[in-house]
Amino acid sequence: MKRKQTIGKGAACLITVVLVATLILMPVGRVQAAKAYKVGAVFSVTGRASFLGDPEKKTALMLQEEINQKGGINGHLLELVIYDDEGDSTKCALAVRKLITRDKVCVIIGPSLSGLSLAVVPEAEKHEIPLISCAASYKIVTKNPDTGEQWKWVFKTPQSDSMAVEAIYTHMKKHGISKIAIMSVTSGFGASGRGELLRLAPKYGITIVADEKYGPKDTDMTAQLTKIKGLAPQAIVNWSIGPTQVVVVRNWKELDMTNITMYQSHGFGSRKNIKLAAGAAEGVYCPLGACNIAEILPDNHPQKQVTMGYLKAYKAKYNEPLSSFGGHAWDALSMVHKALEAVGPNKAKIRDYLENLKGFVGQHGVFNFSPKDHNGLTKEAFQMVVVKSGDWAIAD
Amino acid sequence: MVETFPVTKHKNTVQLAGFGLGLFLFPWVAQRIPYLDHYMDVMVFVGIYSIMTIALCLLMGYAGQISLGHASFFGLGAYISGVITTKYGLNPWFCLVVGMVVSAAVALAIGAPSLKLRGHYLAMATLAFCIIITIIFNETMAVTGGPDGLAFIPGIGIMGYALDSVVKYYYLVWGVVFVVLLVCLNIIRSRVGRALRSIHGSELAASAMGVNVAKYKIWVFVLSAVLASVAGSLYAHYLNFINPASFDLFVSIKLLIMIILGGMHSLWGAIVGAALVTFLSYEWLQYFEEAEVMIYGAIVLLIVIFLPGGVVSIPEKVGSLWRR
Amino acid sequence: MEEITLASQLLQYTITGITIGSIYAMVAIGFNTIYNVTEAINFAQGEFVMLGGLVMVFFRVTLNIPVVFSLPLTILVVTTVGILLDRLAIRPIRKPSVLVMVIATIGASFLIRGAAMFIWGKNPFDLPPFSGRNPMTFWGAVVQPQALWVIGFLVVVVIVLTLFFDRTIMGKALRACAVNPNASSLVGINVKYMILVSFALSAAIGALGGIVITPISLMEYDRGAMLAVKGFSACALGGMGSFSGAIIGGLIIGLIESLGAGLISSGYKDVFALLVLLVVLFVKPSGLLGSVEVSKIRKF
Repeated sequence: MKRKQTIGKGAACLITVVLVATLILMPVGRVQAAKAYKVGAVFSVTGRASFLGDPEKKTALMLQEEINQKGGINGHLLELVIYDDEGDSTKCALAVRKLITRDKVCVIIGPSLSGLSLAVVPEAEKHEIPLISCAASYKIVTKNPDTGEQWKWVFKTPQSDSMAVEAIYTHMKKHGISKIAIMSVTSGFGASGRGELLRLAPKYGITIVADEKYGPKDTDMTAQLTKIKGLAPQAIVNWSIGPTQVVVVRNWKELDMTNITMYQSHGFGSRKNIKLAAGAAEGVYCPLGACNIAEILPDNHPQKQVTMGYLKAYKAKYNEPLSSFGGHAWDALSMVHKALEAVGPNKAKIRDYLENLKGFVGQHGVFNFSPKDHNGLTKEAFQMVVVKSGDWAIAD
Repeated sequence: MVETFPVTKHKNTVQLAGFGLGLFLFPWVAQRIPYLDHYMDVMVFVGIYSIMTIALCLLMGYAGQISLGHASFFGLGAYISGVITTKYGLNPWFCLVVGMVVSAAVALAIGAPSLKLRGHYLAMATLAFCIIITIIFNETMAVTGGPDGLAFIPGIGIMGYALDSVVKYYYLVWGVVFVVLLVCLNIIRSRVGRALRSIHGSELAASAMGVNVAKYKIWVFVLSAVLASVAGSLYAHYLNFINPASFDLFVSIKLLIMIILGGMHSLWGAIVGAALVTFLSYEWLQYFEEAEVMIYGAIVLLIVIFLPGGVVSIPEKVGSLWRR
Repeated sequence: MEEITLASQLLQYTITGITIGSIYAMVAIGFNTIYNVTEAINFAQGEFVMLGGLVMVFFRVTLNIPVVFSLPLTILVVTTVGILLDRLAIRPIRKPSVLVMVIATIGASFLIRGAAMFIWGKNPFDLPPFSGRNPMTFWGAVVQPQALWVIGFLVVVVIVLTLFFDRTIMGKALRACAVNPNASSLVGINVKYMILVSFALSAAIGALGGIVITPISLMEYDRGAMLAVKGFSACALGGMGSFSGAIIGGLIIGLIESLGAGLISSGYKDVFALLVLLVVLFVKPSGLLGSVEVSKIRKF
């Protein structure tokens, strides 16, 4: 009896071992092209930041397909290893370490979120692998905020939030707005924008009379807007993403507050949002990168050609409106493409190449990297636009 | 009820020895097999979660209480360690102890009023507590770094010997797990353990027999909160980064899932559950990409339906099938 | 620029609070329906709300079916999901303890959420309001027509449920199960069938909540969890198992959120509501309207 039980346990153990082994060996079964250049990517494809990771992943896959259809990079196929961090810091760190130690990629693109990017900066530095973050915070690339010293191995493609804020404040100053209210969502995106709004306001002589917040899944922002209405500011800046930024605009319209100018963050940069606002978005201002407004850019704009190309390809492949966040992945992967073409899969050489990359025309601006600037953009990368008859129009 | 808690001293010693040996040898094996070397990294997190689930198992499986607030104690430990070491440069071990003390005090404050009552008020009270703590982590930006999190938390060392590699940290974390397991197994076998089981069986009968029901429940709750705080400190120093989302209500729920899937009535189940859920969500299900959530949900359902005793009951089940 | 007086501001906060609170109340009623029969918390309740919104979007916007037809159709679909949830996830459990049922519903909620992500994607969807977007103004406060629909549907749900539980045999049987399932099965009530009915009923209520809230707040695949947490808080505040408690709890949480955000701090608005919940639990553990006697015989 006792022995039989032991045998039974042994059998169970065996089954478990087989099952586990199957799961472990699954990744081996993936197709691996010979001598392919391996590039790693970590995006928040699902979870709380899927609005960032989803278009980023789609864009990266689209570019990979384009590159490989044209015969790859110097005859080598591009192999993209993409992991989904689900907006979870543990998962993100594990994914980055896995890319470095198991997949042995030569450069990493992502993560999508500022917090998670900060979390993996030490990994990139420790393992000496170039990391091109797709998140906004200036802290990601700045090693020492006082001297402006940059991390050696870390770059980023999105404009910093401070650039969006400066674009908004410059526009306000031009139109004589000095008393404003700010609203932000209590996520990393909102908190970072709020921080910059508060930090830069004195520099532009702007007084913030209300600083309101709401949760990322809140159903209604009437209470916050009502409070703001009572304080009668000249303008409202709202910093959020996802459904809440649409609800804010709707509530603003319903409460008949259109005499208070509404500014949105660059997160509003999708025509989807104008449509969802159901007419309420008329007259809303926001700072956008070139790729959002490719169609209305003048023909002589330096980014016209690149942005139109991306827009057409993305629409043809995925049949959905372009989100500006995908453009960050486009910029990062295209830079990597150029670097691999020039120097091959050598981590140190790729880093050096990126650091000295000048005049790279991307979706979100013309990048000029330097040892003192691992972002390579200026606030001119943002253009103020206004919603006019259901579409974007360049704001004056 | 008693037969669901088979504890014989001899069996435990053998299991413990085997478990310890396996853990000790795992890094040696893993480093030699390609694709397995990364598993050590995942195992560190399994260890961190195990510290929490073992104690939570005492609370749920033995004392029959549900807590939805353990992610907050996890977070308290992590944030106390992270903030103090990053901003004031104090010794990480000191911060770990501070975290334990604070968590114990908070657990006492939350637990004492809710555990004196019958029923599952602890679940409701800890649910509210968990959400409040997450909001505080998010809102006190000057201290915690807000939703973007706190980065560049220093690592931890023992007497000047830095635990700066995955293997070294693996041994630290699993050493702690081993000690926690040893202590908790002894608790189960002791007078306290018997008292806890009697509470789960029937609270009324237990108190009639002279068991101070509330006292034992609070005691276990505080113990589990303290251990969650230790896990939090270890987490912060390993990942060098913390953000509020790592300690929200959904993490509390994840801990519940770990315990149920592993097997609620066995401390071994707590470790098996932690390993299963961690590997599923951090490793194995990755290849299903966007279908991951769906498959995870399906696995949870299937285990709950077909293995009510958790994964740890598989050998027993197979054994009984064999005997038949 | 027109000034807004404090009085109209207060009125506005109250109106907003009642609107949000009505939704929480609807979720809480759904919780209670299942809790009363099974003593388990159905963590997939928020998923019913989400499905209600998204299925309605499918019928109303994608297929362009008028509201009068798409609304019952949606409720039918979501009710079916509720029935399936019980048949496939709850009934097969061999040793149904409360905790195991809770985890099963969590597993099911992942499954439903994942499926919704597959079907609808991750973007939010909009639904046209039932009666236009032109807001009405009362003493300086603005009311969206949809808010009236939300409140109206809550009232209808309450009336229908009250009649159902007081006047029909099935309703009485459900109430009997709530008081004592063992005794009910002794007098010939099919408890398993009653569990099925409770799941169907709470799915229908959840769907209705989703349908009426979507025109105000949009809907996307992962909103269910937040609504479930808010609904559960409302439930605990009002007293587990009490329908009037669910309504009071939901409205109080909605009002505290809205008034707290407007008058004190919008960053901590959720904290105020939860602190009130904690205080109530410690002072009167059975919740505002929960019965102490009932809570004593409950395992959960």
